[in-house]
Amino acid sequence: MTERRHLLSILVDNEPGVLSRIVGLFSGRGYNIESLCVAETMDPAISRITMTTRGNPMIIEQIKKQLNKLINVLKVFDLTGQEYVQREMVLIKVTAVQQHRAEILRITDIFRGQVVDVGQEHFTIKITGDDEKISALLNLLRPFGIREIARTGSIALFREKK
Amino acid sequence: MSKLTGAQILMEMLKEEGVDTIFGYPGGAVIDIYDELQKTDINHYLVRHEQGAVHAADGYARASGGIGVCLVTSGPGATNTVTGIASAYMDSIPMVIFTGQVPTKLIGNDAFQEVDIVGITRPCTKHNYLVSDVKDLARTVKEAFHIAKSGRPGPVLVDLPKDVVNATTNFSPPGKVSLRSYNPTYEPNIKQLKKVVSLIRTAKKPVIFSGGGVVLSKAHEELTAFARKGQIPVTSTLMGLGAFPGTDPLWLGMLGMHGTYRANMAVTDCDLLISVGVRFDDRVTGKTDEFASQAKVVQIDIDPTSIQKNIQVSVPVVGDCKISLRQLNELLEGLDGPDLAEDRQEWLAQIDEWKRTTPLAYKQEKDIIKPQYVIERLYELTNGEAVITTEVGQNQMWAAQYYHFSEPGRFITSGGLGVMGFGLPAAIGAQVGAPEHLVVDVAGDGSIQMNIQEMATAIQYNLPVKVVILNNCFLGMVRQWQELFYEKRYASTRFQHTPDFVKLAEAYGAKGLRAKTPDEVEKVLSEGLAHPGAVIMDFVVEQEECVYPMVPAGAPIKNMLLV
Ligand SMILES: Cc1ncc(C[n+]2csc(CCOP(=O)(O)OP(=O)(O)O)c2C)c(N)n1
Repeated sequence: MTERRHLLSILVDNEPGVLSRIVGLFSGRGYNIESLCVAETMDPAISRITMTTRGNPMIIEQIKKQLNKLINVLKVFDLTGQEYVQREMVLIKVTAVQQHRAEILRITDIFRGQVVDVGQEHFTIKITGDDEKISALLNLLRPFGIREIARTGSIALFREKK
Repeated sequence: MSKLTGAQILMEMLKEEGVDTIFGYPGGAVIDIYDELQKTDINHYLVRHEQGAVHAADGYARASGGIGVCLVTSGPGATNTVTGIASAYMDSIPMVIFTGQVPTKLIGNDAFQEVDIVGITRPCTKHNYLVSDVKDLARTVKEAFHIAKSGRPGPVLVDLPKDVVNATTNFSPPGKVSLRSYNPTYEPNIKQLKKVVSLIRTAKKPVIFSGGGVVLSKAHEELTAFARKGQIPVTSTLMGLGAFPGTDPLWLGMLGMHGTYRANMAVTDCDLLISVGVRFDDRVTGKTDEFASQAKVVQIDIDPTSIQKNIQVSVPVVGDCKISLRQLNELLEGLDGPDLAEDRQEWLAQIDEWKRTTPLAYKQEKDIIKPQYVIERLYELTNGEAVITTEVGQNQMWAAQYYHFSEPGRFITSGGLGVMGFGLPAAIGAQVGAPEHLVVDVAGDGSIQMNIQEMATAIQYNLPVKVVILNNCFLGMVRQWQELFYEKRYASTRFQHTPDFVKLAEAYGAKGLRAKTPDEVEKVLSEGLAHPGAVIMDFVVEQEECVYPMVPAGAPIKNMLLV
């Protein structure tokens, strides 16, 4: 069975200890978390966890069932294979020496990124997009020397039926 | 509405839940709860170690069909419960554990006897709570009982900080629990059940594989009717023993690592495996690729995570075992057409053949007591009606093989976690839960020493539990692996010193008896079982006996080592 990346959107009680139950489930059962993003929803009693994980279909099925089994989990959506919009934000600190600055700005512009911090020898660029866009930008910036990055992890929602 | 303290609210809630029995051990963090508890009619059993309290609650729940309740103090009291909780979790035993906790303002400060028991038990409870406001207490207790008992049962822990216990609030009993995120599915999907029925009609070599879920949902009558109606032979997990009569012609015996030859062969060969309330533990499946590899597999379970976890399933059915089997029986009832009894003749004949050529067996000897013989005699002398608890190891397997259980709740063992030291406290709990029954702990000389202190509990409360020690001077099951797979290198499995169990029994105020030769077995058993109080019977048995059949770990279950 082939492994595949899955994007899960999980609604949980917004209570202390809930994230620890979820993370504990993954570590205890040897599942893996590639990224994780948690915040309150419109209803302050409920949080949304957006998570990317990886596994073959049997493992993914188990992950979803095990999550559903937790008392504090209200709903688990698997977005993979569905129509959804996904975004991630990344801050990229890239080395920007004099002769490269214009080029870096041009690239940033093309990707509709923003420079949010400037130094003598660096830019910090903010970019928002889906996986593909972000890796494309990272690939283009890599030759200049990426010093640090911070990623929020994916967030996603189903597309409404038109 | 009246103003009550947290401790008083807890008592009100216990009464509302119909709790009349608690196993526990006091300490500073729960002293206020104990002070209230003694004013109630609830029977509290003071154990000698908190692990004993949890196993006792486990045995109590299984023997009585109710729920086990424990009360312990913070810190070490709480950590001592962990093994018992983990065992109850793996065996899906309904239980609520109340632990004391340091006052809320000290939590996180490494206070005296503070431990994060909610964090520690998160992976081994069905759910757990830290109550941080007395206003939440009543509802939390209500939820805890609801969660522990419903769906796939399990232990739920409630941590009670001392200031919450002492705070007061207006108490009114909470209404029905409704948790939007927790709604177990009891009713099976009828379409799935119809698929099962059509598979039964066409199967030539079907087998029913029943487990602890059948015992827990009290579905034994439905199971028996189902098997007889469909003329389908039945095997079971360790946890499922007793749900189908061990004397019925359709009974195959236990499945798996120490299963019977015919059960393992039948499952290997079957074309339809109807599994009910099982989770396909590795001790049962052996090598999964070759487990029932020619069969269509049906799996009925209330817990969706049990389904398709280890084994590919053709027809999954999420639902309560009892309801599902009842509906299957109704569907089978309405079935006209092929005569199932006739259809099965060839298959049942094959199974008889396996039984005849390769029965459960051991070599009887003249001078040395064989442990299997002790269990056989115990079975006969108790008419198969005793409640048997076990320790873990060879003793557990021989009890499972040679005591033919015919009712659920009669075989009480730590199946999933395999906890040495389970049997004695579980026997104490079972005796409390089923006072009219004879309760016997089948023990090894290793395991019994892990919770031997509970003999004092048995004596204090006049609980006439009988302990049968199969004394082989070894950690027998580990020694067996060393004999078979490590060229008899007995690393740390021989006891160089063992206490005199007869004197030990007497020191506790119990009766002690010993048998050294086969002809003494019956005498000791008869005398011990007839004694009105607690007894330890020490059977000095063959030291290097092995449990057979045995499937080496990870091998296909048809690859059995035989006597
Ligand atoms: C608490 C605990 N520790 C260790 C083990 C590993 N273990 C499994 S069986 C066994 C030997 C048990 O010896 P004994 O109680 O004398 O029973 P026998 O196998 O000889 O019948 C051991 C050490 C265990 N199951 N539980």
